[in-house]
Amino acid sequence: MPVITYRQALNDTLRAELTRDENVFLIGEEIGQFEGSYKITAGLLDEFGPTRVRDTPIAEEGFVGAAIGAAMMGLRPVAEIMTINFSLIAMDQIVNHAAKIYGMFGGQTPVPMVIRTPGGGGQQLGATHSQNLEVWYAHVPGLKVVAPSTPADAKGLLTAAIRDDDPVIFLENLSLYNTKGEVPDGEQVTEIGKAAIAKEGTDITVIAYSRASVIAVETARKLEEEGISVEVVDLRSLRPLDRQTVCESVRKTSRAVVLEDDWLSYGVGAEISATVMEGAFDYLDAPVRRVAAAEVPLPYAKPMETAALPDAQDLTKVIREQLEATSFFR
Amino acid sequence: MQEFDQRRQGLSGLKTMAMIRAFESRMPVLSEERLIRGSTHPSAGMEAVATGVSLALGPQDSIASNHRGHAHCLARGSDPGRTMAEILGRRDGYGGGKGGSMHIGVAELGILGTNGIVGAGIGLATGAALAAQMQGSDAVSVVYFGDGAANQGVLAEALNLAAIWKLPVLFVCENNHYAQSASIEEMIAQPDLKQRGLAYGVPSVDVDGMSLGDTFTAAAEGVERARSGSGPTLIIADTYRYLGHMAGDTEIYRNQVEVEQWQAKDPIARLVSQLLEAGVITTSDWEDIQEEASRVVQEAEEFARNSPFPDASDATQDVYSKGVPA
Ligand SMILES: Cc1ncc(C[n+]2csc(CCOP(=O)(O)OP(=O)(O)O)c2C)c(N)n1
Repeated sequence: MPVITYRQALNDTLRAELTRDENVFLIGEEIGQFEGSYKITAGLLDEFGPTRVRDTPIAEEGFVGAAIGAAMMGLRPVAEIMTINFSLIAMDQIVNHAAKIYGMFGGQTPVPMVIRTPGGGGQQLGATHSQNLEVWYAHVPGLKVVAPSTPADAKGLLTAAIRDDDPVIFLENLSLYNTKGEVPDGEQVTEIGKAAIAKEGTDITVIAYSRASVIAVETARKLEEEGISVEVVDLRSLRPLDRQTVCESVRKTSRAVVLEDDWLSYGVGAEISATVMEGAFDYLDAPVRRVAAAEVPLPYAKPMETAALPDAQDLTKVIREQLEATSFFR
Repeated sequence: MQEFDQRRQGLSGLKTMAMIRAFESRMPVLSEERLIRGSTHPSAGMEAVATGVSLALGPQDSIASNHRGHAHCLARGSDPGRTMAEILGRRDGYGGGKGGSMHIGVAELGILGTNGIVGAGIGLATGAALAAQMQGSDAVSVVYFGDGAANQGVLAEALNLAAIWKLPVLFVCENNHYAQSASIEEMIAQPDLKQRGLAYGVPSVDVDGMSLGDTFTAAAEGVERARSGSGPTLIIADTYRYLGHMAGDTEIYRNQVEVEQWQAKDPIARLVSQLLEAGVITTSDWEDIQEEASRVVQEAEEFARNSPFPDASDATQDVYSKGVPA
């Protein structure tokens, strides 16, 4: 299997879908000549022309609204919002309109569109440019939210998202773009709403998504050398959420930790904890623990930024605490 | 109304502009050295706008800036050392390193912040003007925004609010012809941007943004209108940025000839020759001014480089007022 970057996987998939379906088009700021702020649309303007790779003014509310309207008429827009932070300007269009049009009108008009947008901190871009707002969207019925952590899932989930008849928020992550992984050739569709066991294990389950899943897998590999067997559930989709895979894993390991890049309160970890309470309570040896970002606007200066973001060390510490609290080391 | 006096505004503006140019010229170097991280947007070439507008303001006034905001702050009187320290993410920065280049706020100078979100300052300045009106003060507020930001919906909303309530606000559009790589020709069908203001009943003017005298005069007019209770003004300043949108910009969207054509209208060179001609300065005065500018910037840089990094534990400080824990 070819090994390519997450960025390349996205670029290849956009090209493949633009080629496959003439209803697919791209819309967003700086995606044409400039090839996207993070170069995800490299080469696509040349190949598909300015009608289908459409540069917009800085007008998130306007162009997201336009994408929704076009989707209602049967096109399949893939909007790029430069970063998830700027999606806030389009929030009304996404939440009040894209998410509701199908259901509110009684199932007449699907809105087959994708909003691709990277989130994440760690690049010292400061508080307005470093957020993880995916739970805002994951909260909303009518939207689907996916967050691939590997190049293969980037391909599989983007393909699925573009072919899906509902609006999909496709969350990328600034720190994943250069990561590499094996990506199968040819068509690859990853089912939306299905988590993956990113690493099998028996002693404790770590539930994560996007960048956090990469950290969880690395941590699990390290701990394996010490004889600790960590299972990593990569959620891949935040809505629909694969509660079954989460609960099955926790029933097996009896211990659970959630690693997430967003803020702790009301975050993904809160939802997963409740899910485990509901679906695996009797199997738990200890309360579910959460490792998340500090509840602060993310600071710019490196020492503060690093301290505020969850990392492998934080996760390792909590895994050890969980194991100690449940007599694992005796 | 304040008249442009070459001995006063001309001379003081020249010093400020020379300092801003020296300051901004360090940005690519400091980015290259990786002392500046994230993104930093220098405004070399655009000095006359911030400087001219600032000269028309009083201490009670406030400004809202954007992502390309160092000049707005410096012209308003921010300390170059503390400004640089914030850009470098150091403890002596105005926000203690929390904000960086795109998030510099200086309450004591009425600087409502440089701003990472394109268009956002437009709302803030409108609100500052509303407060001034409600509090019965004679303060005015200014927002600096780009031609790119002019396409955000907030501009339409704020122009209308300011017009119906006669708010003391100056909307200053720095039209540098590009928003990141997108040219105004591609992104704005009606190139006459002052139509945006006129459509909402806001007095709107074009000004040569490469001329300190012109930006000052237009701003002074707008400030007078605002202070006298007659409401907002939109100023469209025609200008250009010499450097890339941010460090690492490949600038594929423009050619060197165009850059050089604009550099031929350089606002600093132009002001220098005016002041020389008028006998306000001599060539050796100009040399002194340049030397002073580079000394100030060098000191600012040393100050910033020597300022300690914040502690990791500072991350959780100041999330709420009155020390409510995060
Ligand atoms: C809401 C929002 N959308 C997009 C961006 C990314 N961005 C930062 S600066 C910029 C260009 C702004 O152009 P303009 O307003 O003309 O100011 P200039 O950079 O030319 O000074 C863009 C697109 C952002 N910061 N905020």
